[in-house]
Amino acid sequence: MAKYLLLKHYRGGPQRMPDGDVPMDRWTPEEISAHMGFMDHVADTLRERGEFVEGQALSPDGTFVRFDGEGRPPVTDGPFAETKDLVAGWMVIDVDSEERAHEAAAFLSSAPGPGGRPIREWIEVRAFLEAPPTVTE
Amino acid sequence: MNEQLRELGPLVLGVLVRRGADFAAAEDAVQEALLEAVRRWSDDPPEDPFGWLVTVAWRKFLDTVRSDSARRAREERVVEEPAPGPSEQGDDTLLLLFLCSHPSLTPASAVALTLRAVGGLTTRQVAEAYLVPEATMAQRISRAKRTVGEHRLDRPGDLRDVLKVLYLIFNEGYGGEVDLAAEAVRLTRQLAASSDEPEVSGLLALMLLHHARRAARWAEDGSLVPLAEQDRSLWDTALVAEGVEVLQAALARDRLGEYQAQAAIAALHCDAPSTGETDWTQVLEWYDELLRLTDSPVVALNRAVAVGEADGPLAGLRALELVPASVPRRTAVAAWLHERAGDLAVARTLYAEAAGQATSEAERHHLTRQAARLAAHAP
Repeated sequence: MAKYLLLKHYRGGPQRMPDGDVPMDRWTPEEISAHMGFMDHVADTLRERGEFVEGQALSPDGTFVRFDGEGRPPVTDGPFAETKDLVAGWMVIDVDSEERAHEAAAFLSSAPGPGGRPIREWIEVRAFLEAPPTVTE
Repeated sequence: MNEQLRELGPLVLGVLVRRGADFAAAEDAVQEALLEAVRRWSDDPPEDPFGWLVTVAWRKFLDTVRSDSARRAREERVVEEPAPGPSEQGDDTLLLLFLCSHPSLTPASAVALTLRAVGGLTTRQVAEAYLVPEATMAQRISRAKRTVGEHRLDRPGDLRDVLKVLYLIFNEGYGGEVDLAAEAVRLTRQLAASSDEPEVSGLLALMLLHHARRAARWAEDGSLVPLAEQDRSLWDTALVAEGVEVLQAALARDRLGEYQAQAAIAALHCDAPSTGETDWTQVLEWYDELLRLTDSPVVALNRAVAVGEADGPLAGLRALELVPASVPRRTAVAAWLHERAGDLAVARTLYAEAAGQATSEAERHHLTRQAARLAAHAP
């Protein structure tokens, strides 16, 4: 029983997405509906299994902000070496094992895209740090 | 009244299940009976609350069975069930625990079902304790009930499964309004009262001895305090004494098992006025025993710590070589043994690496501080 964050990335992960380079605004409405329907199906399946914790989609526009010293304007965005990576959405699951978390992430990543082919989007899987167990030593 | 209902609910469920009721239907019937009790008892409390609940729950169960024609076959079976004998007041906790720890359930489901059906917690309380939404926990429990319903309990289950589930609950740390460690102790006490298996006492002793040290495991700022640095005056001596007593009675039965061996190690720690005065030779002997019983790599890791204390850090490092690299906390133990051996630069690197592998924030901060403490020895 451990919680994992599944992070959907807009632009990819370790390598470019093999089949997901076509931006969604160039998909047909049917392809978009099929994609959204699949995402709901993933969440429903996880709910039925008692594994779903929460999930949200995020706007593609993100701004990087940081403290830049007393009385100075915040530094926002850039410069970025290449493209800046943005998170499309996230889902939190609570599952029995890391293998199961990877399986759920792979399922999420098989969402259909243009032509109904799986877009094979990169999903980053991160374990939550939890309260330490009662027994350690 | 809620406290009383929480105690009675699981007992009533046990009676229904023993009478042959399908688990999921019985659980629903008990919940309905409990709701009715909440509505009616404040005005008109019954003389025999347990009997009242059994009667109402059984009636509700029969209503459901009768109203469902598809269940005709089962109704006949239930009607043919022999009338309950004098054992009606007996403790059915054991039966329920076996059902809820059924090996066909995932660990998460077994834990959730046990807390709900045997612990009498509400779904909301179980959900809060595990920090998941109530709807998620409700799904988990109803799936578990369906799975259990497919298996009619015709022979006693494996006690080891029950003990494993109870230990999982104990180990879960704590969140929400329910203290899971205390809940696990309570359930294990109940089980120990209705079983004469020494391993049940072994597990109870182990929990009591760990539980006794709980107040000393955390500093005021919430950081983790390792065993060696714990303020031993904070240990609950009454719980230690009880744990030791339970353990001694179990060991006297001369049927050693892994929980008894673990409890013996915990007792040796509790017995020492300081880490330095711990009887590490005896601790090591118990680890050898434990390793023989379980052959677990986690035990092998803990044994390496004991070897380090009993025979010095170099011997500890040699013992560590036999532990697979994938065992959690292996790197932290390696760091500590290297520090004791005087390889401070190696220890620093290993502490930092161990911090990256930690599964809790408190542990990660603790290990990061250890690495920072040796920062002057950066390679």
